[in-house]
Amino acid sequence: MFDLFARVFGRDDASKEVAKERLRLVLVHDRASLSPQALENLKNDLVKVISQYLDIDDQGFRVDFSRDEDAMALVANIPIRKKVNRNTL
Amino acid sequence: MGEAIVITSGKGGVGKTTTTANIGAGLAQAGQKVALIDADIGLRNLDVVMGLENRIVYDLVDVVEGFAKLKTALIKDKRFENLYLLPAAQTRDKTAVSPEQMRDLVGEMKEEFDFVLIDCPAGIEQGFKNAVAGSDKAVVVATPEVSSVRDADRIIGLLEAEEKHHPSLIVNRIRPSMVKKGDMMDINDMIEILAIELLGVVPDDEFIVVSTNRGEPAVLNPQSRAGEAYRNVTRRLMGENVPFLKLEEESQGFIGRLRKMMGIKG
Ligand SMILES: Nc1ncnc2c1ncn2[C@@H]1O[C@H](COP(=O)(O)OP(=O)(O)OP(=O)(O)O)[C@@H](O)[C@H]1O
Ligand SMILES: [Mg+2]
Repeated sequence: MFDLFARVFGRDDASKEVAKERLRLVLVHDRASLSPQALENLKNDLVKVISQYLDIDDQGFRVDFSRDEDAMALVANIPIRKKVNRNTL
Repeated sequence: MGEAIVITSGKGGVGKTTTTANIGAGLAQAGQKVALIDADIGLRNLDVVMGLENRIVYDLVDVVEGFAKLKTALIKDKRFENLYLLPAAQTRDKTAVSPEQMRDLVGEMKEEFDFVLIDCPAGIEQGFKNAVAGSDKAVVVATPEVSSVRDADRIIGLLEAEEKHHPSLIVNRIRPSMVKKGDMMDINDMIEILAIELLGVVPDDEFIVVSTNRGEPAVLNPQSRAGEAYRNVTRRLMGENVPFLKLEEESQGFIGRLRKMMGIKG
């Protein structure tokens, strides 16, 4: 019921969502002084390493910088499909 | 010993001077002894927003260079005898003072006043460094727009670099009707992105223009919605716990209010 409402009234294309997404991307680079290319490389390397151990969904893979209080952190959100059977490695 | 608060933003024109004038007048109305410093050297503005432009004799640079005593340069407000302004020099530029000189000046003023509010110029260069130098606390003003939030983020990083920790945020010029439609970022979006504590939410209000025309800060007008928001900021600065209730509701948008009406959380 509420999902229906959300679909009717809460437009997914609302311009604030566009604003947030653009800000999210631009701030990643601003905060780390890391170029988009370097971040892409970092991401690809992470995918490479982690997929040796886990079956990950590289579509949903996200790397982000977050600032918490006085510290800055690299936060990776890595959706896992399923555990890779260790015996097959 | 008083507290020095710098009002800053990075991006120009988002409401630093308006905010400084209103918080200053609000604190003075609440009985605090307040001094405002216009640190925007070369682009003096706080005097006209306060309606005190005709009383200026000496300015900040005169005091720093020793041509005038602080007491002589401070201009007393028309409305409150516990409110003073130290105007910016108009014919000099930011290099006329150094961060060390500002630190000394603000330190001296803190001995006399409960609050010293510093109106920071736009930008991230020497004007910013000067304005921030003597402050104990920073307030970042941002409007709900991509460029303003981006610059606010940069300023928060630079404040950190200057060892000014835990700045707080004033969101200015929010338009509830646009937030409702999903065409303007809401308060939660901004706090989430900037990871910073909220100090105030000021609506976009035509009365700000009227009050600037008159040189009468909106905080003194009981009818102005922006004025009410600034009165709340004032009380928070004095340590009161004032809820953000009304504006939160407005910022939740249609679905949020619907959920709330039906008692659904999240
Ligand atoms: N809440 C508001 N509602 C309507 N108008 C506003 C509001 N806040 C600020 N303004 C208007 O926006 C303009 C810029 O405000 P202000 O001079 O305070 O910004 P500033 O950050 O000090 O600018 P600068 O970077 O040039 O010093 C002014 O014309 C002011 O009247
Ligand atoms: Mg200004």
